[in-house]
Amino acid sequence: MHHPPHRAAIAATLLAVVLGGCDSEGGRGGGNAASATVLNVSYDPTRELYADVNAAFAAHWKEKTGQSLTIEQSHGGSGKQARSVIDGLAADVVTLALSYDIDQIAKAGLIDPAWQARLPHNSAPYTSTSVFLVRKGNPRGIRDWGDLVQPGVQVITPNPRTSGGARWNYLAAWGWALEQHGGDEAKAREFVAALFKNVPVLDSGARGSTTTFVERKIGDVLLAWENEARLALDKLGGELELIVPPVSILAEPPVTVVDKVVDKRATRAIATAYLEFLYTPEGQRLAARHHYRPRDAAAAPAGAFPAVRLFTVDEVAGGWAKAQAAHFDDGGTFDQIYAPGN
Amino acid sequence: MSRRRHRALPGFGLALGWTVTWLSLIVLLPLATLAWKSASLGPERFWELASSPRALASYRLTFGAALAAAAVNLVLGTIVAWVLVRYRFPGRWLLDALVDIPFALPTAVSGLALTAVLAPTGWIGEPLRDLGITVVFTPVGIAIALIFIGLPFVVRTVQPVLADLEPEIEEAAAVLGASRWQTVVRVLAPTLAPAAITGFALAFARAIGEYGSVVFISGNRPMQTEITPLLIMTRLENYDYAGATALGLVMLVVSFGMLLVINLLQGWSRRRQVAT
Amino acid sequence: MTAAPSRAAVVAPADRAADARTEPRWVQVALITVAALFLGAFVALPVAAVLHQAFRDGAGVFTAAIADPAARAAIRLTLTVTLIVVPLNLAFGVAAAWAIARFRFRGRALLITLIDLPFAVSPVIAGMIFVLLFGAHGVLGPTLAAHDLKIIFALPGIVLATTFVTFPFVAREPIPVMEAQGADEEEAAVVLGATGWQMFFRVTLPKIKWGLAYGVILCTARAMGEFGAVSVVSGHIRGRTNTVPLHVEILYNEYQYAAAFAVASLLLLVALATLVARRLIEHRASRPDPVALPTATRVEPPHVPGALVP
Repeated sequence: MHHPPHRAAIAATLLAVVLGGCDSEGGRGGGNAASATVLNVSYDPTRELYADVNAAFAAHWKEKTGQSLTIEQSHGGSGKQARSVIDGLAADVVTLALSYDIDQIAKAGLIDPAWQARLPHNSAPYTSTSVFLVRKGNPRGIRDWGDLVQPGVQVITPNPRTSGGARWNYLAAWGWALEQHGGDEAKAREFVAALFKNVPVLDSGARGSTTTFVERKIGDVLLAWENEARLALDKLGGELELIVPPVSILAEPPVTVVDKVVDKRATRAIATAYLEFLYTPEGQRLAARHHYRPRDAAAAPAGAFPAVRLFTVDEVAGGWAKAQAAHFDDGGTFDQIYAPGN
Repeated sequence: MSRRRHRALPGFGLALGWTVTWLSLIVLLPLATLAWKSASLGPERFWELASSPRALASYRLTFGAALAAAAVNLVLGTIVAWVLVRYRFPGRWLLDALVDIPFALPTAVSGLALTAVLAPTGWIGEPLRDLGITVVFTPVGIAIALIFIGLPFVVRTVQPVLADLEPEIEEAAAVLGASRWQTVVRVLAPTLAPAAITGFALAFARAIGEYGSVVFISGNRPMQTEITPLLIMTRLENYDYAGATALGLVMLVVSFGMLLVINLLQGWSRRRQVAT
Repeated sequence: MTAAPSRAAVVAPADRAADARTEPRWVQVALITVAALFLGAFVALPVAAVLHQAFRDGAGVFTAAIADPAARAAIRLTLTVTLIVVPLNLAFGVAAAWAIARFRFRGRALLITLIDLPFAVSPVIAGMIFVLLFGAHGVLGPTLAAHDLKIIFALPGIVLATTFVTFPFVAREPIPVMEAQGADEEEAAVVLGATGWQMFFRVTLPKIKWGLAYGVILCTARAMGEFGAVSVVSGHIRGRTNTVPLHVEILYNEYQYAAAFAVASLLLLVALATLVARRLIEHRASRPDPVALPTATRVEPPHVPGALVP
C-alpha cells in the first residue's frame, strides 16, 4: 500500500506547488501592451460607484487608445487600506475616505506630499455629508443633532477608532455643538459624551452599523454618510426615512495616484486619466447616481440633494492631523468619553 | 501509560529535527519579529501602552469570557463525547456531525449567524427579550460566541481516548465491587483527564485570540465590551504598530504561560498516576 | 440504533462485565438530552440561520451567487491554499506526534506549548507578524522588493498565514491517542526486526489513523474558513486575492445577505462532506467500530507482531 515511490512523487509535487506559489507579478500592467491592469485601492462605501466608473472608463479608454483595460478593486476600512498600501499593496490609485489616510501613505514616501493640489477641489471629485436614517414616520421626532442626546434615544454609529465614516459623524456632532455653544470646547465635549452614552453598539465599519440598524432593528437613528444612507434606502428601504439635518459636515473623500507604484509599473498615464475621468460630466453623473454630491451641480437632477449648511474639518478641528491627535488617538477626546468615572 | 523513555524506538532525531525546524520557520521566527518590534518601544512606553485602563478592562473581559467559555465546554463537551462514544440512539450521527461545524464556518460567518439568532429580532433573542434579557452586545454574548468557537476541542480530544479505552479496566473495577459511580470517578475520570484538560487548554487558547466572530456580537464599547484583539486592530488602523505589538506581546506571554502550566500539570499528573 | 435498549433487555448473568460499562437508563436519557440541547442551541440553530438566510431569496439567488466569477475565483484560491497547507501540516504533525508521544526529553512540555501557541495568538496578530516580516517596511521587505518577489498581498502570504493559524491541528490530535495506547507494540515490532518505516506504517499508522484523519479534517476546515489572519495579508483584490471567507464579507458588506450566506453555506457543505467521507472510510476499513459492538463480542485489533517480519 505504501510504496516509497508514491511518497517521493507526492513530495516532489508538493515542493513544486510551494515553489511555484511564489508569484512575482509586481511588474504587471504597463504602458504600451494591448492590455493593461491597474489596481484601485478604495474604502468600503465606494464599491457600487467604482463598479460603474470602472466599466465606463474602460470603454472610454479602449475607444481612445485601443488598449483593453482591467481595473481591479480592493475595498476595506480606509485606514486598513492605507496601511496595506504602505506595507506594499501595489495600488496604482487610492480613493480613500479621509485625506489623513493618504497623508500617511505620502509620509511613507509613496506619494508626493503635495498630492492634494494635483487635482481640482482638494483632489476630491465628489463630496458627501453626515445625515440621519430613522424608522418610518420618525417616531422619535429626530430633526437635528440636538435631538440625538434625548434620554432613551438609541443612536447607531460605527466606531470612530476603526471607521473613517464614523470620524466624519463624530466631527459633525462636535462641530454642531461648538457652533451652538459659541466655540466652548468643554460644552462640545459634554455633548459628544452624551451622544455616545446613547450608542449601544459600535460596529467596526459603516456597513456593519447599517446592518445592525436595518436588519437587526436595533436603535432609533443611524448616523451615516448621505450616500450610504441613500443606498440603504434603495437596497433595504421600505421601513426607513432619511432626515437631513440643517447643518452638517462637508466630507471630502480624496483620490490620488500612487507615484512610486505607477512609475515602477509604467501606468501613470492610465492612472491619471482614470482619476481625471471622475471630474468629467460622465464621471460626475455616475457619482451623483450613487448619491455622492457631484462638484458639478449640473450632473445631478435638480432637488436630488437637499441644501445643507456645511462646515469643514478645517473649521471645526483645524484639519485632519489635529483632529486625529485631539480626538481619535490613544487618550484623545473619544477615549475620555469612556474613561472610568465619566 | 507511556511512562518509559522509549529508547528502543527509532526516528527520534528525524522527528524532533523536522518538528523544531518547521516550528522555528513558521511560528518562532515570525513571533520573534513581534517581540523585537515591541522591544523598540522601551520598557516605560511599553508598560504605559500595555497597562492603560482601557487595555486592562479589555484583558479582564477577554480572559474572563474565554475562561468561562472553556469551563462550559469542559463540562458539556465531556458529556457530549461520552454520549457519542457510549450510547446508541437515533440521531447520534447528526450530533456527531454538528460538533465539527464551528470549525468549518468562517469565524465571521459564525459571528453573523449567532448575532442573527440572538438579536432581539432573532429566533432566541426575541423570546429572551420578552423575558427582559439581552444577550447581544453584552459580555454574555461574547462568552456564547467563544463557547461556539471552542466547542469541538474538548469533545474531539476526549472522544478518541474514550473509544480506545480497554473495557477490561471498567469490568475489573465492577467485578471488584465498585459501583458505577465509583468506577467513573476513580477509574475513568483520571484516565480521561489529560485529554479533557488538553481540550480545555485548546478551547481557552483559541478563545483568547478570537476576533472575527466576537466583533459582531460584542458591541465593541470601550471599557465595557471591547476585547483585546479589537483594541489591537484599533491601534493598527491608527498606524500604531508599536502599540499594537505591545498588546499582542502581553496576550502572547499570558497565554504561553497558561498553556505551559497546563502542559506541565498534565505531565505531572501522568507521572503521579503512574506512581500510584 | 437500537443497541442500547436491546442490550439492556438481554443482560444475562454472563454479561455482568458488559453491564459494568453502562449506566441506568434514566442517566443515559438525561445525558443524551443535555448533549442534544447543548449542540442544538449552540450549533444547529446558527447553522439553520445560515441556511435560512441563504435561501430566503430563492434558489436562483443561491446558484447565481456561487456561479459569479468573483465567487469562483475565491473558491479556486481557497482550494489552492488548502491543498498546499494541509499536506505541509500533516507531515509536520506526524513528526511532532512521534517525537512527543513516544519520547521523553528535556523541553518536551515547552515544545508542546510552542506548538499550541498559534491557537492563542489572535488571528489579527498572526497576520500582522507576516506584514512585519515581509511588508515593504518589514525586516525582509527591501530584499524581496529588490528581487521583485511578492509574499504578502499574494498567494504565498495567504499560505503562510493559513499555515500558521492551522499549525497545531494535525499535530495535536494523535498525541492523546498514542499516549493512551502505549508503545509496547511498536517496541515489539522493532525488537522483532522491523525497520523504522515498517514499524511506522504497519503498527503506528493504523492505530493513529483516525486521530490523524480527524486532525486533517480540522485543518482543512479551518484552512478554508480562516478570516482574520488572511484578511490582514490578502490585500482584498477582488478576483485575485480574495478567499471564500473574504468574499462572504464583501457580499455581506454589499447588502447581498442571501448571496453572502449562500457562499458561506458552501463551506458548511464542505464540512459535512468531509464528515461523510470520514464515515465511509471508517466503514470501508471494516475495522469493527469498537463502540458499536457489545463489549462481549468486541474484537481485538489483529496485531500479530510476528507477522510483520518478512
